[in-house]
Amino acid sequence: MSETRSAAAGTPALLVLNLLLMLGWCGAFGTFNVWALSTGFVAGYCALWLTRHLWGEQRGAYFRRTFAGFSFALFYARALVVSAWEVAKQVLSPTITARPGVIAVPLTAKRDVEIATLANLVTLTPGTMSIDVSNDRSTLYVHVMLLDDPEAVEADIRENFEARLLEVLR
Amino acid sequence: MTHAVELPLWAAIVVACLLLLGAFLTLVGSIGLLRLRDFYARVHAPTLATTLGIGCVLLASMLFFTVLQTRPVLHEVLITAFMVLTTPVTLMLLTRASLYRDRREGSPDVPPIPARPLPKDGAER
Repeated sequence: MSETRSAAAGTPALLVLNLLLMLGWCGAFGTFNVWALSTGFVAGYCALWLTRHLWGEQRGAYFRRTFAGFSFALFYARALVVSAWEVAKQVLSPTITARPGVIAVPLTAKRDVEIATLANLVTLTPGTMSIDVSNDRSTLYVHVMLLDDPEAVEADIRENFEARLLEVLR
Repeated sequence: MTHAVELPLWAAIVVACLLLLGAFLTLVGSIGLLRLRDFYARVHAPTLATTLGIGCVLLASMLFFTVLQTRPVLHEVLITAFMVLTTPVTLMLLTRASLYRDRREGSPDVPPIPARPLPKDGAER
């Protein structure tokens, strides 16, 4: 139990350390452009990985979560483009055929951070918007603009958004 | 913007395309705000502008200043962070306010809230 807690507490500290290494890298080169920031982050990540036995994270939680974070960012960017395309098609079509509606998504996320992040990311995607969380925090109500197949939308939020997000946050 | 002349052609083309795409997406978002039928559907449209629209403009800006090396790109990172934090909160507050009001007034616009999976307290808040 104490082991899991120390691993969870080590992750933000290592992230801060990684970001400081990134800024130090940029300062050493005297440039703060995209290229320097990203190479600095990768270099800091590698340096931390090489010295990982110093940080007391036996299972490499930070390294796994950072990797999960990047793959989530890629997945989310793709989801943004796809849903933006769907919404734009509807908006620009001569007759709007969208049938909006509300669906209930059962939540696996337990902590406040997890639920809030999921609700915010769902809202940020064009076409879906979280309206409410039930008082027992087991269900997220989502308003969907193009609700042709409620089950598919629900499964997408549960299996893609939530599952991938929890990999980053847990 | 006198130093913009120093921008190489390839970067200028990419920056221009990104700016046009961002402007187009923002326009589509505004048209959606105008055309969609009820309040709840309308709220979806502006997210086009606040995600991909502003994203393209910020990418263009990052590329411009990275190629010219005139200033750090931290502004764009900060703008992204603030947009990502504030947009969903604003939209959710707007929707919930409207939902509350529609329910109080018994308006027929309220979208039906599904009962599955059964919440213990019901959908009413």
